[in-house]
Amino acid sequence: MTTQLGVLGALVLVTVVVGAFWRRRQGSVRTVPVRQGAAVDWAARGLDLGERATFVQLSAAVCAPCRATARVLRDLADREAGVEHHELDVEEHLDLVRDLGVLRTPTVLVLDGSGAHAARASGGMSPAQARRALDAALSGAERP
Amino acid sequence: MPRDTTTTPAPTGIDPRGPRVGAGITAGLLAVVVLLGPSRAGLALLALVAAGFLLGAVRGAEGTVQGWLFRTFVRPRIAPPVELEDRRPPRFAQLVGLAVTGAGVVLGLLGVPAAVPWAAGIAFVAAGLNAAVGLCLGCELYLLGVRLRTAGRTTGATRR
Repeated sequence: MTTQLGVLGALVLVTVVVGAFWRRRQGSVRTVPVRQGAAVDWAARGLDLGERATFVQLSAAVCAPCRATARVLRDLADREAGVEHHELDVEEHLDLVRDLGVLRTPTVLVLDGSGAHAARASGGMSPAQARRALDAALSGAERP
Repeated sequence: MPRDTTTTPAPTGIDPRGPRVGAGITAGLLAVVVLLGPSRAGLALLALVAAGFLLGAVRGAEGTVQGWLFRTFVRPRIAPPVELEDRRPPRFAQLVGLAVTGAGVVLGLLGVPAAVPWAAGIAFVAAGLNAAVGLCLGCELYLLGVRLRTAGRTTGATRR
């Protein structure tokens, strides 16, 4: 019984550590894209890009925070001139998912005005994180 | 944007706190399985938990005993939900739970008693994470599964 208690204690510890790590990763914005070389023809996928920035959100039906993240990004895109939000189902864009090395949903790509990757985030996003991601794309566009 | 393939519209929603409370109850049961160790009683309780996951995989998380407990005893005592959640993500999580605990039960019946606490331990961590921080298994595992399933199929021909 003492062995089992030790095992259960270890399991609780694992849960706490993984949980803390997972929560910290939610929506955190990375400005260095994982694969910079992957140029995507967005127009061929029917996406009209925003003049200043575009959120491309990769979602799945079995992903709960995808809905909330879509609302957050849509709200921000509505308020900001020249900013667009598009939501794509990973199932229908598997080649894109592969090319970009996307492993989880939601994954949000932030494109600058020229359509180049400026930032990327995965996991549910808060309005503050969405703002930070957008700022990363906008500041990148202003650099020479 | 007419060609957007959005997954946002959800026909009917459930209270998102339901599956989390249910996961907490399930984690408690799985903790007992871990404490029972590789025993007959542990196998029996794990089989019960697996049966619950089967119910959830077929009917959705709200169709389980845990879902009923939430609706009957918890929901009347708390404020109404701020927003409703799609039923599909929690249902996917139930399916993952069924796969893990089901494997433990089958191996236990086949004479590998050590598989019982192992399966219970893995499922305990997943259920505990779901209850504590709202970990969404569908977000972490579904795309990986799809990518593995279609690994050999994607060639240059499908790229645009």
